[in-house]
Amino acid sequence: MTDSLNTDILNPVEPFLRSDRMPSIWCPGCGIGTTVNSFARALIESKIDLGSLALVSGIGCTGRVAGYVKLDSFHTTHGRAIPFATGLKLANPKLNVVVYSGDGDLSAIGGNHLIHAARRNIDLKVICVNNLIYAMTGGQTAPTTPDHSTTSTNPYGVFEPSFNLPHLVEAAGAVYVARWTTFHVRQLSRSIAEAFQKKGFSFIEVISPCPTLYQRRNKLGDGLDAMKYYKEKSKIRHGTPTSEAGLTMTGEIIVGKFVDRDRPDYQTMMRSQFHESLGERFVEQPPAQQETVCS
Amino acid sequence: MAKGRVSIIVERCKACGFCVEFCPTHVLALSSAFNSKGYHPPHVVHPEKCSGCDLCGMYCPDFAICATKVDPPGLPRKTVDPAAKEGDK
Amino acid sequence: MKADPRGVLTGIHFMDGDHACCEGALAAGSRFAAGYPITPSTEVVERFASRVPTVGGTFIQMEDELAASITLQGAVWGGAKAFTVTSGPGFSLMMEHIGYAAMTETPCVFVDVQRGGPSTGLPTLPAQADMMQARWGSHGDYEIIALCPNSPQECFDLTIKAFNLAEEFRVPVMFMMDECVGHMSEKVVIPPADQIEVVPRRHTHKSVEDYLPYAANGDQVPEMAHAGEGYNFHVTGLTHDERGYPNMTLATQDKLVRRLQSKILDAVDRISMFEEEQIEGADVVVVSYGITSRVAQRAIEEARRQGLRVGKLRLITAWPFPDKKIRELAAKVKALVVPELNLGQMVREVERAAAGQAKIFAVTHAGGGVHNPKDILKVIVEASR
Repeated sequence: MTDSLNTDILNPVEPFLRSDRMPSIWCPGCGIGTTVNSFARALIESKIDLGSLALVSGIGCTGRVAGYVKLDSFHTTHGRAIPFATGLKLANPKLNVVVYSGDGDLSAIGGNHLIHAARRNIDLKVICVNNLIYAMTGGQTAPTTPDHSTTSTNPYGVFEPSFNLPHLVEAAGAVYVARWTTFHVRQLSRSIAEAFQKKGFSFIEVISPCPTLYQRRNKLGDGLDAMKYYKEKSKIRHGTPTSEAGLTMTGEIIVGKFVDRDRPDYQTMMRSQFHESLGERFVEQPPAQQETVCS
Repeated sequence: MAKGRVSIIVERCKACGFCVEFCPTHVLALSSAFNSKGYHPPHVVHPEKCSGCDLCGMYCPDFAICATKVDPPGLPRKTVDPAAKEGDK
Repeated sequence: MKADPRGVLTGIHFMDGDHACCEGALAAGSRFAAGYPITPSTEVVERFASRVPTVGGTFIQMEDELAASITLQGAVWGGAKAFTVTSGPGFSLMMEHIGYAAMTETPCVFVDVQRGGPSTGLPTLPAQADMMQARWGSHGDYEIIALCPNSPQECFDLTIKAFNLAEEFRVPVMFMMDECVGHMSEKVVIPPADQIEVVPRRHTHKSVEDYLPYAANGDQVPEMAHAGEGYNFHVTGLTHDERGYPNMTLATQDKLVRRLQSKILDAVDRISMFEEEQIEGADVVVVSYGITSRVAQRAIEEARRQGLRVGKLRLITAWPFPDKKIRELAAKVKALVVPELNLGQMVREVERAAAGQAKIFAVTHAGGGVHNPKDILKVIVEASR
């Protein structure tokens, strides 16, 4: 006999969801929802004040996360979640700002903003769900699509080298860089919780299945097959030099925490510079909620 | 005596199979029933093996399943509502 | 409410339009700007960068205009009044985000100090060739408000007005300066703060349970909330319903987009600002805006000296276009003369609104300088025949 309709148990993640919008639009076997699960559990674990949390996403399948979480959430334009998030954070430094977006959104059209925010060490937690493709628009090549994959815009096989995102963001200046897959649900939650404890630009890449396009077009099975591949072929190697963490279509996936370093975040540096240059003339007041805004 | 109990929101399920695959004690299997979207949601085939570890809940991309530890004699432990304020227990 | 004195540089100044615009923003209560350098607008944010650490607030120079135009909107949702400045090429880059601001009803100001175009054009020389772009530059149906100052004093006064209109209508406002007005120095009087009216953010007073982020109130403008206040609201550029949730249906699209339009167009009379002179009994009226209105003044005065009955209508608000005003005016006069620093942009609107009731004469200019008043005079004379 099944227990199928037993809904008296409250899923710990439910309070974080806009339940009135379920079921989600994500495909069967898509891993984005799993990452949201891990994210919500990280929020519970780190006891973050939800009232001070804002989530910003871009465009794409992962971009839809903003619409499903019951937080102050912003679904912005393609590639521009990071600058929008920067504006939020600078206006109200008390906010904890999370950027939740996909590999194409963050590293292609958003690439410039990604590297500058990392350079500046803006205090943002960036969760990059990397499904190795532009999924929402039908399966086009992304900067992260592995060599020799088939996509709709490389129907004869991708021949461009792909980005190694951890390497890119480390070089740009990120203070926390980790990679997990959607198989590593517990480790992902822990990484996200760790990132919340850190001030500065944190980047967590999550390899996730796109069953409908990436998996199917490359004859790699479905979402579950991808999860089994992650389970079988990932190697947890904390501290691996990011230059060695490149991905291929069916090869090893190095996961773990790659970078965890300390350097002052943008706002700390800004304040310190103004104190030094202006002394008493410096008026330290954030742009938001001054008497000039609300009556 | 099962240490845990599973709860499934059938209408959210898309039959991805993650919960079935990753349950460490193989409690679940996809059923032959359909939900209104035409998917086969999982059902509990070995309730006695459920430990309440909630790995199914952690893996589910659709927030359609979760498990909780069960206090004897058979009542589910009250799950903590993370949205509740401190001291509201 | 009155302006915050900390941002008001009360006094009599000699400054250029760019600098006056910055002071206007500060007086209006703006404490955030995101910018990217582009001639001839850069001085606005250079001054802001230097003023704001001693007033309170933040300036950030972003990596490009794509970033600047959305960073300012993040700041608005974080609780600030925010703006950016740019010129032609940057304005083009900002178009997607102007549309985003219109769609999400984010109150903010985009300053365009117009220069010769198209493309890189004439970076250091004036033009007024972005006027249509200000209205139509982004994709889809939306409305904006556009103001055209014609002096450094107006760069101060009208920037405050721009912010006030942005807050009242929850809309991005285009502040259409030009290189001439931006770089000319004149007397700018900045009054005491208690003489400056500032419109506050239309912040909701509803409870978290009752608040709907995009429910139109009586005047079709929803109340706003900021991130970090516990409202857990959602903002998206997708077509959305009153909850802010994506709702991609024909009915929702119709309701939303028509409201975005009508919240502005229904209020044209309240939004429009003009300067009128000797319209009664005029044979010809010169319709102009921005720096060209100053040059036209010379031509108008000369024409009057020659015995012609010439009136002046200066558009301080270029968008929404004052259809009714032009239609009524065209019925009363022989001709309308429209000089602009472009090859004919606002004149098309004048033509459209005049609906054939008067002859329309464009006095075009490819940009790079101001008209020779004689060229405008020649057309006024011809129009009077």
